[in-house]
Amino acid sequence: MGNRTPLYQCHLDAGAKIVDFAGWDMPINYGSQIAEHEAVRGDAGMFDVSHMTVVDVSGGDAKTYLQHLLANDVDRLQLSGKALYSCMLNQQGGVIDDLIVYYLRDGFYRVVINSATREKDLAWLDRQAQGYADLGIKFRDDVAMLAVQGPNARDKAIGLFEDYQQESLRQLVRFQGAEFDDCFVARTGYTGEDGFEIMMLAERMPELWQRMLEAGIAPCGLGARDTLRLEAGMNLYGTDMDETTTPLVSGLAWTVVLDDTRDFVGKQALLDQQAAGVQQSFVGLLLLDKGILRNHLKVVTPLGEGEITSGSYSPTLQRSIAMARVPSGAEGQVEVEVRNKMLRAEIVKLPFVREGKSMLNDGGNQ
Amino acid sequence: MSEVPSELKFLSSHEWVLVEDGVATVGVTDHAQELLGDLVYIELPEEGSTVAAGDSVGVIESVKAASDTYAPVSGEVIEVNEELENAPDKINDDPYGDGWMYKVSMEDPEEVGDLLDAEAYSEAIADED
Repeated sequence: MGNRTPLYQCHLDAGAKIVDFAGWDMPINYGSQIAEHEAVRGDAGMFDVSHMTVVDVSGGDAKTYLQHLLANDVDRLQLSGKALYSCMLNQQGGVIDDLIVYYLRDGFYRVVINSATREKDLAWLDRQAQGYADLGIKFRDDVAMLAVQGPNARDKAIGLFEDYQQESLRQLVRFQGAEFDDCFVARTGYTGEDGFEIMMLAERMPELWQRMLEAGIAPCGLGARDTLRLEAGMNLYGTDMDETTTPLVSGLAWTVVLDDTRDFVGKQALLDQQAAGVQQSFVGLLLLDKGILRNHLKVVTPLGEGEITSGSYSPTLQRSIAMARVPSGAEGQVEVEVRNKMLRAEIVKLPFVREGKSMLNDGGNQ
Repeated sequence: MSEVPSELKFLSSHEWVLVEDGVATVGVTDHAQELLGDLVYIELPEEGSTVAAGDSVGVIESVKAASDTYAPVSGEVIEVNEELENAPDKINDDPYGDGWMYKVSMEDPEEVGDLLDAEAYSEAIADED
């Protein structure tokens, strides 16, 4: 038996197929991952993401600590509740993990990191904390997390909150959260759709889940979560990037602030890589032939070989898509080796899908 | 629990076979489609081709994984379920009916004796769980 979230029994009650995910017993689907994918693109779905790791960073040194720890700059967070996506790097510029950090108030930040990387991340956070006198790092295993996503997700979810909370939830702009006595709700997600991520004390989460179900929000498993994030062009840690790849070759240069105002772990390595010339770029692939692109398949371009980091079937586009690391400058048509055959694919801009709509400009399969 | 019809024979790699008048109709089991999840792509042997028992003759792909499919018996492929090309999810919906994959004119009817019966297959998949 693996770790179980406070919603484990709710998943069984909803007919979940449970799989092991990084030591957690998690729902992969509740019957059909494609139907769940479509629920999120067209209406509203919810995901138990309580296996993810919530860490509160507090104290007078919290900001300078996070500015040193993260490749993105928390100084960008000026409004209470604002969220920032960032990588946490090693000295070589490799990605230890990607995360979201929320600025709740002065001297208080909430960081959400991955579950598969929990132990090494917590050890790294502690190690980097050396020398900061006024700093608290608290792992919040008492907090559960639910993501509610889709074009109707906010409408359906808002009514389930207390009256006084509803007004502030309506006014939340994207990438902004609101802190209440009993929960923290942010307009963030991992699907390319609008919606909320809700954190609250674990013992209260099953009741919220039940009310969400009654509001017509479909339970969705990790299977749909993966195809949704792939269509949305969002990286998955351990698959699209890891400790051997930098953000600059992972499509994440936009999350790195390389100005002169601060130093951070891995900065020099990124500057060196930039000065030497970044050799690879991170792109979307659209399969033109029949078949399915999979992780680790070889991509052949006129400029050399690359590799698919995440590949699957896109329920929205009804064809296969992938993210890949290819030689810098590669564009247009390429080939992918699938089961000893060379299939044609096209390099395209990410994302593939945003807010239910295809971003492909070929006009097909809209 | 997945369905295992008693009139069929099986491979431990999750193919089912229905033999009638020397013709074997082949599909994948309910248990297999459940394991794979939503099917999105399938490659089957071509009509007129010859397959040998135990050969990998095609691939079945779900959103999450690709899986080889093996010929349970030897012979000539005399019919292929063309509808699966555009609707592989028929296998999810009706694995023992509309989801059939192809038919083989058997070279050696004795080969049926090498296949698992429903009871043996049920035991094999119970061990997996």
